[in-house]
Amino acid sequence: MVGLISTIIVIPLLGAFAVCTWPRGSGRVIALIFNAITTGCALALWAKFDRGAAGLQLIERHVWIPAIGAEYLVGADGLSLLLVLLTSLVVPFALLAREMSRGFYATMLVMQAALYGTFTAQNFVLWFLFYEMTLIPAFLLIKIWGGENRDRAATKFFLYTFLASAAMLLSFIGIYLAKGTFDFAALAALGKENLLSGKLGWLAFAGIFLGLAVKVPLFPFHTWLPDAYQTAPTGVSMVLTGALSKMGVYGFIRLLLPLFPNQIKIIGPWLLALAVCSIVFAPLAAWAQRDLKRMVAYLSVNHLGYCMLALFAIAGSPVVAASVDTHAALSGVFMQIFNHGITAAALFYFVGLLEQRRDLRGIDDFGGLMQATPILCGWMSVAMFSSLGLPGLNGFIGEFLIFKGSFAMAAPFTAIAVIGLLVTAIVLIRAMQSLFSGPLTENCRAFPDLLRSEKFVIVPVMLLMFVIGIAPQFVFNIFNVTVAHMGWLFS
Amino acid sequence: MTPTLQGFLIASAALFSIGLLAALSRRHAIFILIGIEMMLAAANLNFIAFWRFGQQHQPPVGVMIALFSIAIAAAEAAVGLAIVIAVYRHYRSTNVDEFNQLRG
Amino acid sequence: MNFRFGNYFWFIPAAPFAVSLVILSLSNTRRKAAAALAVAGQALALVMSIMAFAKTLQMPDSRIVANFTWFTFGNQTLRLGFVLDPLAAAMLVMVTFVGLCIFVFSVGYMADDKNFTRFFAYLSFFAGAMLGLVIANSLLLLFMFWELVGLASYLLIGFWIERPAAAEAAKKAFITTRIGDMGFFLGMLWLYNRSGTLLFYDRGNGCLEAAGLATVGASATFIALLIFCGAAGKSGQFPLHVWLPDAMEGPTPVSALIHAATMVAAGVFLVARVYPIFSLGAINGVTPSLTVVVWIGVTTALMAALIAVAQADIKRILAYSTVSQLGLMMVSLGVGGVAAGIMHLLAHGFFKALLFLGAGSVIHGCNGEQDIRKMGGLRRVMPVTFATYAVGMMALSGVPIFFSGGWTKEEILQVTAHWPQSHVPYYLALAGVVLTALYMTRQMIYVFFGESRSASAHAHESPRVMTMPLIVLALCAIFFSLVLTPAWPWLDAYLIGEGVRFDLARLIQPMLFISLVLVGSSVALGVWIYGKAGVPDGNRTADVDPFEYVQPVLFRFLAHKMWIDELYQRTLIAFSWMCARLSDWMDRFVWDGLVRGFGAFGQVFGIFTARVDERGINAGVDETAAGARGLGRLLSAAHSGQIQTYLGAIAVGMLALLLLYAWLA
Repeated sequence: MVGLISTIIVIPLLGAFAVCTWPRGSGRVIALIFNAITTGCALALWAKFDRGAAGLQLIERHVWIPAIGAEYLVGADGLSLLLVLLTSLVVPFALLAREMSRGFYATMLVMQAALYGTFTAQNFVLWFLFYEMTLIPAFLLIKIWGGENRDRAATKFFLYTFLASAAMLLSFIGIYLAKGTFDFAALAALGKENLLSGKLGWLAFAGIFLGLAVKVPLFPFHTWLPDAYQTAPTGVSMVLTGALSKMGVYGFIRLLLPLFPNQIKIIGPWLLALAVCSIVFAPLAAWAQRDLKRMVAYLSVNHLGYCMLALFAIAGSPVVAASVDTHAALSGVFMQIFNHGITAAALFYFVGLLEQRRDLRGIDDFGGLMQATPILCGWMSVAMFSSLGLPGLNGFIGEFLIFKGSFAMAAPFTAIAVIGLLVTAIVLIRAMQSLFSGPLTENCRAFPDLLRSEKFVIVPVMLLMFVIGIAPQFVFNIFNVTVAHMGWLFS
Repeated sequence: MTPTLQGFLIASAALFSIGLLAALSRRHAIFILIGIEMMLAAANLNFIAFWRFGQQHQPPVGVMIALFSIAIAAAEAAVGLAIVIAVYRHYRSTNVDEFNQLRG
Repeated sequence: MNFRFGNYFWFIPAAPFAVSLVILSLSNTRRKAAAALAVAGQALALVMSIMAFAKTLQMPDSRIVANFTWFTFGNQTLRLGFVLDPLAAAMLVMVTFVGLCIFVFSVGYMADDKNFTRFFAYLSFFAGAMLGLVIANSLLLLFMFWELVGLASYLLIGFWIERPAAAEAAKKAFITTRIGDMGFFLGMLWLYNRSGTLLFYDRGNGCLEAAGLATVGASATFIALLIFCGAAGKSGQFPLHVWLPDAMEGPTPVSALIHAATMVAAGVFLVARVYPIFSLGAINGVTPSLTVVVWIGVTTALMAALIAVAQADIKRILAYSTVSQLGLMMVSLGVGGVAAGIMHLLAHGFFKALLFLGAGSVIHGCNGEQDIRKMGGLRRVMPVTFATYAVGMMALSGVPIFFSGGWTKEEILQVTAHWPQSHVPYYLALAGVVLTALYMTRQMIYVFFGESRSASAHAHESPRVMTMPLIVLALCAIFFSLVLTPAWPWLDAYLIGEGVRFDLARLIQPMLFISLVLVGSSVALGVWIYGKAGVPDGNRTADVDPFEYVQPVLFRFLAHKMWIDELYQRTLIAFSWMCARLSDWMDRFVWDGLVRGFGAFGQVFGIFTARVDERGINAGVDETAAGARGLGRLLSAAHSGQIQTYLGAIAVGMLALLLLYAWLA
């Protein structure tokens, strides 16, 4: 009997196989059919999930390689469920972005399966397997279907993240040799009582930190990101930013914070400084970009920087945080993960639409679009305002809670981080002004407005932004108990 | 004349030598097989003899080994014959001089 | 009146929001439906606001609070709420009433615009957000609506999106106010952190109630100042005032509604709303934060009034006058005159909307011309506009007794005069009053008197749909003076929740005479200086301002808005742009350079090991391989493929072993 979570992981793989072998029909349709099934399964998971219970649910545990403590252990708590739902949302959205060849869809589905695995695996070996399994499809997607400079960007992406992962693997092997377990829950319990001390502890911490910081990415380990996001095809950029970048944050929450509370407390201010650098320098760099995709990529660094700020603030503060602040920060991070997934994917989608219409995506290549394509501009503005954290849209809630939680624990850093909010606004407002307003440029005159098929794709996502922005309780319900449960790690 | 170990060993050595001679000199594959079988029989004879005239001879041990050996010999013969037949089908010949495909 | 309306007053902002959504979903051609819907939504909001106002009148010094849980995070809850108290109710009525007049006016003013429906959608959206802001009972909710009115302002300033200047102004407005909002945001976080709630009133647990204030303690000064940053941004206080004059690029009704009557006053409203935090721990009515408010306010008031004297654009003059008046309101709040400040806010809402709509009517009549030096003599062709504009001008200048602005200005001066800290703000405020009368006189003379010049040659009176709101607002500006008469200061008492009694003696105050003299003399001064404006006089040509003729350097300084924009451009904006370039450069060359350095190191190491491999290890391996190959060739000769050869070899080997054994044994 295969459990629900395993089903979710396996179906995209079957889909990839079907895309490769099914004789008729477009790859996209087949991929979408399989995605409909996984989305159904993910919703079923949501329905089956007991949101009142703390800890892991729907656990599937099988012996795998007992000699090295590897188990097939999958299960979901609120955070896992949230990310599974996010993946189920972002991937179909990305598949709909642009018609591509069959191989593309098969690779995307493999990546999707790996993402589901990463977010549900609860044993390090299995988790690491899935974690690395996302890397190869991503590499291929950039390398084969990317734009200019794709070889360079793909290689950089692969080597950078792979080396970091190798460091993480070494650290975990060290931990295993010392403690004899790869089980996340067991490790978290050990972390509470100082998992490793001395030099070994610092080495293990450094390896895991490096592995995850590159993935998030945290300043100054972010330089692979603009290149990769810029050159990747629209759909891939959407998944990279919407789901893949969440693996790093997820790793921080699941692994680094529970395992190394003491180390984080000692170098907390430095970590906070890195997070603040992400928050401030990334949008400043975004301001100087001419390429829209690169600009959105830098804003992604900024938005994930907020998550890092909140996590380091509660984990790294010398005094124990009040539960209201811990809960605000954690909820804010979870909310931000979800919202950034939707919003950044939507932004990339819109940039893709512009690119599709004119094969260019420089910020100065367009002008006065509001006159030619009011509906496209209207919805794109919504996505941009969501990204800059306008109240009433989804982005605000996560950012407010993050700042609320961080301010209590690390007020000076939070105060500096506010500059990031301001610069983000400047970047997006400037982009809006240069794209939408002013006189209509000659070569944008024949632009088609949002097509019916495109509306069909984008409007539901946009409505979701409004719904979350106004009545977010249903999202909070997914992870509230998990947040309360995780709170003890920091108390 | 009472049977002695030496007598058995001489008989066994003679049997082995005859078998070896057959296996080396005959050109027909079946005869080579028969020669090999004879060498095996010589070995079996040795087993029985050493059992019978050995220090301690619990009833089944030597017989069991001989019986195993005979069974293995039978299986080997079956496989050998099957190979010979397959080879014959391929070459339309049983003359081993013509089979030199394994030459290095 | 007792159908528990009190619990449903949050419906007031919902009506315009809903209307806005409906209009957005209409097609571009349904112009009549859009206008009708927007006006109807606004009228509904007005009726409900009046009902709410009546409700609060019935039960003074109490407030209706409707709190609700927005969401729970972890095991904590975040609650928001709405509040209906005199402050909110008075604002509601002003916003909806002025809003309705401006909506009606817009139907005429925007009649030729191709994005007519979108305009009304935005306008309704703004009205909804503004009403929400007014009745918010949580600093967070207030902040959310605050940002939404900012969004509406952004959209409406840039409404004529094909004009680069409009887009630029919209961007400037959004970003400048956002700078202030970041301070507001931090102040809010700080307050939340101290008091644990952002609800203003929550049965004794709110952050503005005694228990909440006690937890705020010594950080109140910082919280108040941070919140004031937001207020300064929104209300165009120095040094964040630069966006407001540029915002005049938007359609005139927008300037009237958002950038004169309502949104810009939100900063003043915010300070009044969280006044307990500002005045926490006050000694003799003075706190550090309030002192800052006073000085910022008075600086703004005087500076903007000075700049207004040298402007030529009819709307920019009014914009600077708005900035100046907002400064005056801040002063009033800072010195402790909350009621006076709010009453001036309300009165200002009416007469400034009137003035802007009048200006809109003038611009409409002059086919879009906004330069007052090209107008003139409009008194004859636009009599209704002239009459109503004159009423507005007198109200703004503070002509006492008959015009609303007079009383409220009086009250502000009164409280400022009694500020224990310093008398300087009082004298500066008086100077501001004089300047106000002066520049309004100048404007009147340029626009309505004298001979008609280039732009006013073919002017015409505006249609009824535009003049009716003007008349209504003008009547209000006069009628409001009765409401505000100090003889029966019920509004004053109502706002601060006290009893009221009638006392005719309060009408006669020394201040009244002072301001009569001041206003009269400055109007006279204005007539004297500008009487011959627009016509050649002596050595002065017609296009030179009389003031410019006398003081060309000072005039240039003021006409260029004291070069503050240029200063910001050269310093702040240049600096942040430099930071942006630097970050990009760091990213490309330093951080990525490090990564590439590592990569290059790896490559060099790779090349080195490759050499070692080829020359050293590989060579040895190659030799071994070659030797093995030769040996193999040699040995393979022994493999004849003849099975009997092998068998023979085995036999010989066996024999050899036997012999070896025998020999050893």
